[in-house]
Amino acid sequence: MVNVIWVLLILIAIIYSLFTGEVETINNGILTHATSGVNLILEMMPLIVLWTGIMKIAEKSGLLHVFARALNPLLRRLFPSLPRNHKALGYIASNIGANMLGLGSAATPFGLKAMDELQKDNPKKTEATEAMITFLVLNTGGVTLIPTTVIALRIMHGSANPTEIIITSILATAVSSMSGLVLDYFIRRRKRL
Amino acid sequence: MNLISKIVIPLFVLFIILYGVKKRVNVYDSFLEGAKEGLILVFHITPTIIAMVFAVNIFLDSHFIDGILGFLKPLFDLANLPIDILPMALLRPISGTASLAIMNDIFMHFGPDSYIGRLASTLQGCTDTTIYVLALYFGSIKVTKTKYALPVGLFADLMGIIAAFVITFIFFG
Repeated sequence: MVNVIWVLLILIAIIYSLFTGEVETINNGILTHATSGVNLILEMMPLIVLWTGIMKIAEKSGLLHVFARALNPLLRRLFPSLPRNHKALGYIASNIGANMLGLGSAATPFGLKAMDELQKDNPKKTEATEAMITFLVLNTGGVTLIPTTVIALRIMHGSANPTEIIITSILATAVSSMSGLVLDYFIRRRKRL
Repeated sequence: MNLISKIVIPLFVLFIILYGVKKRVNVYDSFLEGAKEGLILVFHITPTIIAMVFAVNIFLDSHFIDGILGFLKPLFDLANLPIDILPMALLRPISGTASLAIMNDIFMHFGPDSYIGRLASTLQGCTDTTIYVLALYFGSIKVTKTKYALPVGLFADLMGIIAAFVITFIFFG
């Protein structure tokens, strides 16, 4: 599916620019955007390495289990296919926590590590499991409680009340995440029947 | 609010390390072991990130979205919705930086406390970059058959966008 999107984005871009005479922009883009990709990786790399290092300490000390147990009532319902003491659950709990606090840079390493743990007992390595999909739906919904970047930009542009959008954001996020999870739940249930 | 988000990470790191010391974990060795795993992780996601950044950026370069807008403008005028928000709503699932840039433009033109400024703020906060997250997370573990993940993710985005319109209207309309 991501495959289809990737092809579509490139096809539309090149063909549309041929019609509008913007080929030169695209030409430059093809030559320079790989560099933007590498820059993004170089930006993310220190944080990922740092956080996976720190979280390894939490994993070894059993702290990740404590996190997972704290969110257990929620996680058990969302991930019925995972055993109670699955290693991924601690990382999933940390990912949800970091996202809620608006710490996106910390959330990504936790999320990647969770996927890594889920993949370890995936019988078909190229296919997504139910737990992976539920986890991603939760993540793409972006369960953010404090949208820090938005608030910072509002302050920068002289908003009289920069935090007034927290409540509307939380409500909209709730609708988005809940509808994703509900649809995911029904798809899972239908497959089992 | 700012103080809280500044203090959360240092306290979290402190807590993890103290807990590790208390449980007699070899803290330094564990860090190195995890960091090494992190480095391998970065290695695995590099092709995915280059592929997605490339495709999304040339898509943005082509200004295809602006082309679609021309068609949709009459519809939006009819419903009395601000058309300037549409590029942001369309780009939100594809590129976080692009929608953030549009939000910044909207703040500059209309101010953050205008109806459209508040709507843009809510939109930016209400969902994450679905396509990027999917590509990154599945790419990191080489899963190619993503099954129903993308449709569900986009459905959630759509509901979030609709909710953002409705909720902003109720609160500030």
